[in-house]
Amino acid sequence: MNKIPVQACINGEAVVFLCEPNQTLLEVLREELGLTGTKEGCSNGNCGACNVILDGALVNSCLVLAVEAEGKSITTIEGIAGPNGLHPIQQKFLEHAALQCGICTPGFIVAAKALLDHNPQPTEEEARRWLAGNLCRCTGYDKIIRAVLDAAETLRNT
Amino acid sequence: MSSATPTIEKPPYRVVGTRPIRPDGVDKVTGRAIFGADVRLSGLLHGRVLRSPHAHARIKSIDTRAAEALPGVKAVVTGHDFPDPQNKVAASGEGTVNLRSLAHNCIARDKVLYFGHAVAAVAATTPNIAEEALKLITVEYELLPHVLDVREAMRPDAPLLHDDLRTNEMGQRAETPSNIANHTRHERGDVNQAFAEAAVVVEREFRTSMVHQGYIEPQNGTALWNADGQISVWCSTQAPFDERNQLAEILGMPVSKIKVTPTEIGGGFGGKLSVFLEPLAAMLSKKAGHRPVKMAMNRAEVLAATAPTSGSYIRVKIGADKNGCIVAAQAWMVYEAGAFPGSPVDAGAGVIFAPYRIPNVLIDAYDVVVNKPRAGAYRAPGATNAAFASESVIDELAEKLGIDPLEFRILNGAKEGDRRADGPVYKRIGFIETAQAAKAHPHYSAPLAPSRLDPEGKNPAIKRGRGVAAGFWFNWGGKSSAWASLNPDGTVSLIEGSPDIGGSRASIAMQLAESLGVRAEDVKPAVVDTDSVGYNDATGGSRVTFGTGWVAWRLGEKLKQQLKARAALLWEVTPDQVKAEAGVFSCNGRSITLKELAGKLDETGGPIVASDTFESDEYGPGFGVHIVDLEVDTETGKVQILRYTAAQDVGTAIHPAYVEGQLQGGVAQGIGWALNEEFVYDAQGHLLNASFLDYRIPTALDLPMIDTVLVEVPNPGHPYGVRGVGETPIVPPAGAVANAIYHAIGARMTALPMSPARILEAQGKA
Repeated sequence: MNKIPVQACINGEAVVFLCEPNQTLLEVLREELGLTGTKEGCSNGNCGACNVILDGALVNSCLVLAVEAEGKSITTIEGIAGPNGLHPIQQKFLEHAALQCGICTPGFIVAAKALLDHNPQPTEEEARRWLAGNLCRCTGYDKIIRAVLDAAETLRNT
Repeated sequence: MSSATPTIEKPPYRVVGTRPIRPDGVDKVTGRAIFGADVRLSGLLHGRVLRSPHAHARIKSIDTRAAEALPGVKAVVTGHDFPDPQNKVAASGEGTVNLRSLAHNCIARDKVLYFGHAVAAVAATTPNIAEEALKLITVEYELLPHVLDVREAMRPDAPLLHDDLRTNEMGQRAETPSNIANHTRHERGDVNQAFAEAAVVVEREFRTSMVHQGYIEPQNGTALWNADGQISVWCSTQAPFDERNQLAEILGMPVSKIKVTPTEIGGGFGGKLSVFLEPLAAMLSKKAGHRPVKMAMNRAEVLAATAPTSGSYIRVKIGADKNGCIVAAQAWMVYEAGAFPGSPVDAGAGVIFAPYRIPNVLIDAYDVVVNKPRAGAYRAPGATNAAFASESVIDELAEKLGIDPLEFRILNGAKEGDRRADGPVYKRIGFIETAQAAKAHPHYSAPLAPSRLDPEGKNPAIKRGRGVAAGFWFNWGGKSSAWASLNPDGTVSLIEGSPDIGGSRASIAMQLAESLGVRAEDVKPAVVDTDSVGYNDATGGSRVTFGTGWVAWRLGEKLKQQLKARAALLWEVTPDQVKAEAGVFSCNGRSITLKELAGKLDETGGPIVASDTFESDEYGPGFGVHIVDLEVDTETGKVQILRYTAAQDVGTAIHPAYVEGQLQGGVAQGIGWALNEEFVYDAQGHLLNASFLDYRIPTALDLPMIDTVLVEVPNPGHPYGVRGVGETPIVPPAGAVANAIYHAIGARMTALPMSPARILEAQGKA
């Protein structure tokens, strides 16, 4: 199969990669670009472990073809922390013990970032609704929701 | 968040009971942590598995020639590439596994026993080529009659899964083959006479469906069978040492040739105690000219072909006298073992009446094979479905006697010195304290919001109810090894072999920090491979914070003793004259900090290390009592959880945030089991719902905040009073939810899941 060159901006850096037309963005991020922080839990859009932000929209990267990234801007979990350290969402996940095994955590943090970009002051109900596409089997979501609401407050106050 | 924690006098700990940030935290929130599927090696090949489309069939032939000829394919294996191990039972988590069964489960030899059973595997240069190659393998099957239901499987004329399986009837092997692998009985007193004399007797039968652990990370494994015969395996596993042993048997190699490196693990809950892909990856690596092979399941494979836990049929009968004292209890329990013997029915039999003091007991437990995947452990294996049955009957008894359901449980609750239904006598336990804490919680006295009327304002369309239930789990001690070295800056490197699934690096490091007298942050834990640390049993059965934590406590003590000797050397006194308190060593008015002393290692005798091992049965069981408020939409049958409180006897909470998290996570899984989750098979034995869309686990929208009450009754068998906390919280939810639904709609639910269809059926609306 002929490979297709794709130019995109990933975590603020211009990137060119070659992909097959049937490869997903998830596969290319993990296997071609070595960005293994984005996780694969189901490969059919049901679990949210592979969430990335594509031109401002939260997407399941397992449901996006890599060629669709042409000319787009992508934020993965590796691009959430800033030059001065962890993003407040990441910090609050640690402080609230909002992770146990940690496999769903990158997806949740990316999804929470997209939520707070859209809505800086979500209610608990809004946070639960936004994050309903991310499955966590360890925590029962309690500490995740608290961490996200606490991070929202921190971000509003900075 | 925990609330209203009952206080029991605790020593003035400095580290235990605090909430430091976990040592592996930053890697896990930035995506840097390396999970099994993230392992990358040079020259890596990708493996895929061909699986049976039939529930039961004889394999007449397998033709792999076309697959082998596909460019990019480097190896193909079938069952006959592997040695056929003898029947041999080995430890696996809290239970055991027959290694011959496990080998035949990893790849079928002559028969496939369930939809999804592995038949062949391919390694190729890309995942896509491996996938294409699977389509080129031709398997000729002779279809055999199959059986999916346990009670049908018990009939003498049922299709047999194994020609050589004969029932172990309480120690005696039966003459003829059967699908009943094992029958165990626990008997005390005379239940028939006690039931005849009881004032109230309730008897019901219950059915539950096979359910899955639902970890978000699929099974994976990367293997390199090197040219020198050394086999290296990287995988996400709860049990690297058990898997080393399993691999040795399945591959016919000594354990000394095998090294298992546990990567970060994305959930296990009992489902990652044994090998699935790893032996296939190893054999493919050997056949592919010693190139490493990586394999990972997709979600459909995880659901169809790993180790979900048993569906069951349970009959429960309990009687009480007019004062509300339980006089007799009987259970008849049949669990699906799946394709090979080994369901957790014996654990279910130990759990089913465990919270209560009952003079007359009769429990019959049957382990029965059916054409479904091999049943495995799932958090408190066998307990949730058992407690669903017994706690429903307990609730009904309390109602018939007119006694508050928590008061009834307290009245009959087991205490120190009482004998459990299956034999052992309890040491110090906290069931009564836990039930009292639940009863005293504001949730239990808060008025339940009234039922809501339908849009026309006529009928109560949304009905509300409150339910309670109790649960028990044995916990486990097992074996642990670890070692530690003191660094010149006064910090400690801790080398352990217990994969960290839920924050155990923190809870183990904290125990070393407490005993040595340093900060939690000063202990740097690392989980290493099977060549780099002594033997460790699985991370399972909630044993790690207890068992490996015990070793960490001892390591801290041993380092402290050596440091005392170094201080004694400096001051020319004897080591027993040196006192150590909170990281400061002193004698006769002189003192030196641990950090200063660590800086003088070179001038006082060189490096300081400590190692230790541990085995103990003093783990101490845990009890939970849960309260749930919910509403039932009587038109759609949908149940929404409104409020949830879980009280549990947790021993000493080393890191309370992760203890709360264990309770909250167990509750969430229990609610999923109660309301949504089930394996749906068609009549031919094909799994119909092998995706997270159709096998529906709870989302953030399905649950409220989950309040926890940590009742800290210290375990006398541990230096800090630790007892396992992770298993118990999944035990009560199904019973609590069933009891709450009864109080909402007036119908007793006797099957799991309590899906909308079943709720409508219970109201006569189906």
